[in-house]
Amino acid sequence: MADQSMSEPNRRDFLFLATGAAGAVAVGGVAWPLISQMSPDASTIAAGAPVEVDLAPIAEGRAITLKWRGKPIFVRHRTAAEIEASKKDDASGLPDPQADAARVRAFEGKAQEQWVVVYGNCTHLGCVPIGFSGDFNGWYCPCHGSHYDNAGRIRKGPAPRNLDIPEFTFLSASKIRIG
Amino acid sequence: MAEHHSSYVPKTGFERWLDARLPIVRLMHDSAVSYPVPRNLNYFWTFGGILMFMLVSQIVTGIVLVMHYTPHVDHAFQSVEHIMRDVNYGWLMRYMHANGASMFFIAVYIHIFRGMYYGSYKAPREVLWILGVVIFLLMMATAFLGYVLPWGQMSFWGATVITNLFSAIPVVGETIVVWLWGGYSVDNPTLNRFFSLHYLLPFMIFGVVILHVWALHHVGQNNPSGVEVKNYKKDTVPFTPYATVKDLFAMVCFMIFFAWFVFYHPNFLGHADNYIPADPLKTPAHIVPEWYFLPFYGILRAIPDKLGGVVAMFASIAILAFLPWLDTSKVRSGKYRPWFKFAFWTFVVVSVLLGYTGSQPTDKVVLAIGGRTVMDMVGFAQILTAIYFAYFLVALPLLGLIEKPKALPASIADSVLGPAGSGHIAGAHAAPPKH
Repeated sequence: MADQSMSEPNRRDFLFLATGAAGAVAVGGVAWPLISQMSPDASTIAAGAPVEVDLAPIAEGRAITLKWRGKPIFVRHRTAAEIEASKKDDASGLPDPQADAARVRAFEGKAQEQWVVVYGNCTHLGCVPIGFSGDFNGWYCPCHGSHYDNAGRIRKGPAPRNLDIPEFTFLSASKIRIG
Repeated sequence: MAEHHSSYVPKTGFERWLDARLPIVRLMHDSAVSYPVPRNLNYFWTFGGILMFMLVSQIVTGIVLVMHYTPHVDHAFQSVEHIMRDVNYGWLMRYMHANGASMFFIAVYIHIFRGMYYGSYKAPREVLWILGVVIFLLMMATAFLGYVLPWGQMSFWGATVITNLFSAIPVVGETIVVWLWGGYSVDNPTLNRFFSLHYLLPFMIFGVVILHVWALHHVGQNNPSGVEVKNYKKDTVPFTPYATVKDLFAMVCFMIFFAWFVFYHPNFLGHADNYIPADPLKTPAHIVPEWYFLPFYGILRAIPDKLGGVVAMFASIAILAFLPWLDTSKVRSGKYRPWFKFAFWTFVVVSVLLGYTGSQPTDKVVLAIGGRTVMDMVGFAQILTAIYFAYFLVALPLLGLIEKPKALPASIADSVLGPAGSGHIAGAHAAPPKH
């Protein structure tokens, strides 16, 4: 009997494994709701629906900050000189290389270079950078000293990436939808 | 040690009845009355008791505060002001709780540095030490979560910066951060879960403290000479009254210090910005964590790379757990290690200076020659960070191999009275263990 049970898997081995497997599934089934309940809930997701922004009141050389999904979003109306300065820096060894053209969106096939729309959270640790300041007259983050240019590209400091661009589209030349 | 024998003798019929069913009085007697304590302990050994007192103080004031606090982004700040202005003695409860956190950390840092100086982490006390590191980590988490609850500017931006540390994790970082927030930014769901966890963690600390004390009573206390107890009659005294009274005296002195802050400088250790309600659209010009996190914050900022900074910061705490194996010296107490003493005090000064760099703006000039900046705060913090890690990874492993320690006393009694005097010791002594 003893020899047989050592060599051949018997009914007890099967029951042991099957119980173990069922137990593991049960533990996973209980653990998942406990983990998942911490993810954004339905009301939070619903409150994060797309918003439309009228660009007409934003004068050239000015910027606004709006709040979407609890985060600030900067909408900056760049001057021709600022656009030119930013384009000139395209090839100047950026920490997170991205051409100025890649930082703007188009409307009916025409690049809307004057409009820069970025999340207002530093990509380092999430502070809100201050507009029209820093070494590149873009944004400067007071928390840990990251400098961004007017296209929201990281130029100096600990931030690893350019300011993130939210998903947005031009509905007309003076209206965008974020989200 | 304590469990090897018991000198408890039940006196009444009820005690005998209870002792046969639940020997709880025996446990208390063995761990707090007859427990043998090395006779040469100095006042640095009273901080364990002080920490226990602080934990209880934080739990009691915290439970009271919860009776009046509202964990909701629209009401949290107001409810804290309500506690300060309307609730009977609310100001006292809140100031005790807020300053109590700082006192807790002052005591724990003294406790940790004492352990490091006297080699309390060495065999057979490795597990005791690691449990201490676990308590320290839990304390840091609890303090951080609690600081978010008043929902002021520092609360909000502290929460944003610290939760964003996790976004440095490659690939899954952003997903983890959204999961931690329960939304797309630090918001009401975040405040609610932080409140829940802030209430939970102190009880987890309490649980680990029990393990910590259990481990302590199993291996016995270290002492300033670092020499193990050899003769219970000569080397130890009973916990009560000797340690009990000394601990109580130290506790009262510490309470006076605590009360001085609570009654005279209740906001000295805090930040004025936290009396401004949280604003997700505006970061305070200069955000700094509470003083007890500053050295680690200094290390975080010293590394110019985001992931590197986060790894260095967590490593600076985690490395403490490896101390028993990084220190190769057979001699426990720093008292008998001349080179170690130098390394240790350098480490203490470096830790304090790292805290200073963490409190200053990153671009502040530290050293300038002829108007040219030679070193700013980040550069200074980098040098200090290198020395911080060198203490663990270079100094401690090497010193044990090359250092010539001073002669150790033959016993604890010898270290107090000298070889001649230890023969005849007056006064009480702890009961010798019956093996």
